Amino acid sequence: MVMNLTKPAMPSDDKRWKIVNATMRRHGHSQHSLIEALHTVQEIFGFLDETALKFVAKSLRMPLSKVYGVATFYNFFTLKPQGEHTCVVCMGTACYIKGAPQILEAIEHIAKIKPGETTADRKLTVISARCFGSCGLAPAVAYDGEVAAKVTPAAATEKIRRWMNS
Amino acid sequence: MTPEELQKIADTELEAKQKGGHTLCVCMAAGCVSTQSDKVKESLQQAIEKHGLKETCKVKGVGCMGLCMAGPLVAVEQTGALYQMVTPQDADEIVKNLGKPPVKRLECDTTQPFFTRQKKIVLENSGIVDAERIEEYIAAKGYEALLEALTSMNPAEVTEQVSKSGLRGRGGAGFPTGLKWGTVAKARGERKFVICNGDEGDPGAFMDRSVLESDPHRVLEGMAIAGYAVGASQGYIYVRAEYPLAVKRLKDAIKQAERHGLLGHNIFGTTFSFNIEVRLGAGAFVCGEETALIASVEGKRGQPRPRPPFPAERGLWDCPTLINNVETFANIPPIIRNGGEWFAGIGTEKGKGTKVFALAGAVKNTGLIEVPMGISLREIIFEIGGGIPDGKKFKAVQTGGPSGGCIPEQFLEMAVDYDSLAKVGSIMGSGGMIVMDETSCMVDVAKFFMEFCMTESCGKCVPCRVGTKQMHELLTKITGGTATAGDLAMLEELCDVVKNTSLCGLGMTAPNPVVSTLRYFRDEYMAHINDRRCPAGVCKIGKEQLATV
Amino acid sequence: MNPSAQKVPSVKTLQINGKDVSAREDQTLLDVARENGVFIPTLCNLDGLTPIGACRLCLVEVKGARRLLPACITQIQDNMEVFTETETLVKYRKMILELLFAERNHVCSVCVSNGHCELQAMAQKLGLDHIRYPYLYPKLAVDASHDRFAVDHNRCILCQRCVRVCDEIEGAHTWDVQGRGTASLVITDLNQPWGTSESCTSCGKCVQVCPTGTLFEKGRASGEMTKREFLPYLTLMREERV
Repeated sequence: MVMNLTKPAMPSDDKRWKIVNATMRRHGHSQHSLIEALHTVQEIFGFLDETALKFVAKSLRMPLSKVYGVATFYNFFTLKPQGEHTCVVCMGTACYIKGAPQILEAIEHIAKIKPGETTADRKLTVISARCFGSCGLAPAVAYDGEVAAKVTPAAATEKIRRWMNS
Repeated sequence: MTPEELQKIADTELEAKQKGGHTLCVCMAAGCVSTQSDKVKESLQQAIEKHGLKETCKVKGVGCMGLCMAGPLVAVEQTGALYQMVTPQDADEIVKNLGKPPVKRLECDTTQPFFTRQKKIVLENSGIVDAERIEEYIAAKGYEALLEALTSMNPAEVTEQVSKSGLRGRGGAGFPTGLKWGTVAKARGERKFVICNGDEGDPGAFMDRSVLESDPHRVLEGMAIAGYAVGASQGYIYVRAEYPLAVKRLKDAIKQAERHGLLGHNIFGTTFSFNIEVRLGAGAFVCGEETALIASVEGKRGQPRPRPPFPAERGLWDCPTLINNVETFANIPPIIRNGGEWFAGIGTEKGKGTKVFALAGAVKNTGLIEVPMGISLREIIFEIGGGIPDGKKFKAVQTGGPSGGCIPEQFLEMAVDYDSLAKVGSIMGSGGMIVMDETSCMVDVAKFFMEFCMTESCGKCVPCRVGTKQMHELLTKITGGTATAGDLAMLEELCDVVKNTSLCGLGMTAPNPVVSTLRYFRDEYMAHINDRRCPAGVCKIGKEQLATV
Repeated sequence: MNPSAQKVPSVKTLQINGKDVSAREDQTLLDVARENGVFIPTLCNLDGLTPIGACRLCLVEVKGARRLLPACITQIQDNMEVFTETETLVKYRKMILELLFAERNHVCSVCVSNGHCELQAMAQKLGLDHIRYPYLYPKLAVDASHDRFAVDHNRCILCQRCVRVCDEIEGAHTWDVQGRGTASLVITDLNQPWGTSESCTSCGKCVQVCPTGTLFEKGRASGEMTKREFLPYLTLMREERV
């Protein structure tokens, strides 16, 4: 039997798939580039959907279940689309003892979602993180990637309210 | 790159420095950037142009200056003046006063113990050199150690210096670095690898992040020297994806080093070649364990495998692999430059050199510090750290993160090194140091760490996967005020089985926070169990009970 | 590989529970113990599959070792002194089994594998008569979308035998594990219904190696749920061809 070893076609005309391809090519399409490839997909598409996982699996000639296993093992990867805004509450030790749980509680209260979830209107995703390594600024919250220092529940509520009403 | 060219880069840099004028150093590490130090830097640049000082003054971004709580920090290189909590609006005033006494309003006292009690080896360039320019690192004796190793030492001599220095792994376990290097050097294999573990997953630790952001070349140089000593030509740095700034600086630094011929083929015209690639972690604490890290570099699920065989014999792609932590590699260039004996002269009998700690929690001066081994906890917390804020009382200090323990007041005079910390039931760990005051409930803290271990358990082995879950359930019961004495006995029994039967370090050390708090704060557990009361007032026992009645 | 080029493994002697035994240097402790009639409990281990040391039931004490070692994966060494039935080991094994029983749903009386289950047999063998830990009972799905087989995650102990047999023997790698910690689940392809898996060859090896009632054949009464022992035979045949 002749194996078809050509690379799979891109899932769509979207030019961004070329960037994913470039990452895999840089590593010679070897299986150990899986995590790097998934990082690239998430960076440009925001999350890993079935199409992307299948494309990466085929390109690297890997079993689907293995790719899915890796994608779900690591916290950094998400299989669901994120909201327009993301709010990441640091739950590292320093933030925890300086009141991060109260901040998270306040955010959950106003956004009506739990960490890891996205509001129904896709405005907001709330995430609780392990540690930003910004312990000197505890408690810290990252709003759309910008780290805010010494956050209070009131300040967090205010910020979220503004996002949700925008 | 020839030795002469290296010298020339250093000379050009130093000459430029001696031209006079002023250089404003703005901290551009993640802590200060999050308090808008990038905007401060811009404003300073504008102010300089506005005052027509473009010829004599310049602004540069530097790495971490340590006192993160007072950021953004700005230093004047020539006078040593340090400004704290600088806002973009302050830029004008700072620039106007260059060459005059510093602006009193913004001045940060550099004679306070936070600055004077530290000893900097790993952080010697942090806050001084521009992490984004290789020339500045070279001017600060950068890559001199690599030159010396490659041109006047053989690999065995390099390892010997590292052994002589008494350096022990800074990632947590404290394995003698020289011994590890020697083992990998002796291991048989056509290909060997060097891996730098920068998967700083401990909550409350940011030493590696700071080193990578502030002085990335130091780590690259350390890795290249290691590669020469063990016979590897390929290195990987595994960094958390959560540290985008560190990743960017590292990638840039690698490109610069390659361009200057300090990485790549035939470095300094010798037969030695060494390349380094960055690999991104993706959020799994267990990947700090070396066999899990290797699996992750190979693109797999980060699950550990039983050791032996150790990575030194069979690691990445089954080849002999040297794995050291960021801080360990960062210690290598000065050890080679100054000799192993110099390093061995610092610290204690069993803990040589210095240790970088991330000081955080209920302490006035939070930030990054480097102290000689053997310093007491009291000195760190009360002198360097400035004590507990708001007139509160010290309760415990947590070291080693989820694998460590809580140390009570009675051990504050203890000299800090690997063995002393282990003796009181904690570990050195990677260097996170969280101070807790009377408002922290120790049972709640134990529960916090157990939840961490439970969610970070990879799920491969039974005791870690299910044991941590059961322990977390029991701790939830205790903090909820519904536990019995029998539950406490069961918790202690689980600590024992999880510690002794788990597959990797995560599981083996997961019970530590519980064991150490039980050892020193058993009365708090008993108060939750017998009196249905949380002495620190953290656990919501009363409220919940009222709600259910 | 040319057989003559292979290094001939030398023979070493060691002690198991005080008794002198000899073994080839490439053998594991588990192999040697079994050859000599010494029982060491195992669950994730299966002859013919790569050992992973995950269930921790086969831990033994080795004199001079700082930790307990998994017998399934530990190579023997000359003059090793091994103990397989110490008081601590007996206690730990029972506790590990207890943890497994409490993790998901292992109520034997309503299980298709009742009477043919390795977990159940191990509990009987080790004298485990009650579980002290609270049952966690996560409500997990049952997938019966495959025409011949079904998977009940509530019975799974995550031994990864199915993952390994599918990858190493069948070569399909239909199975893998998703998530981590107690949220781990064995999955087919992209976590899709087994019946829709494109890579599954329906060979049934995973069902045969499953130690519990997780993977089972449809339309069989629990009395008929015996498993075939094909792996040792396969392994033997392959070894002889080398």
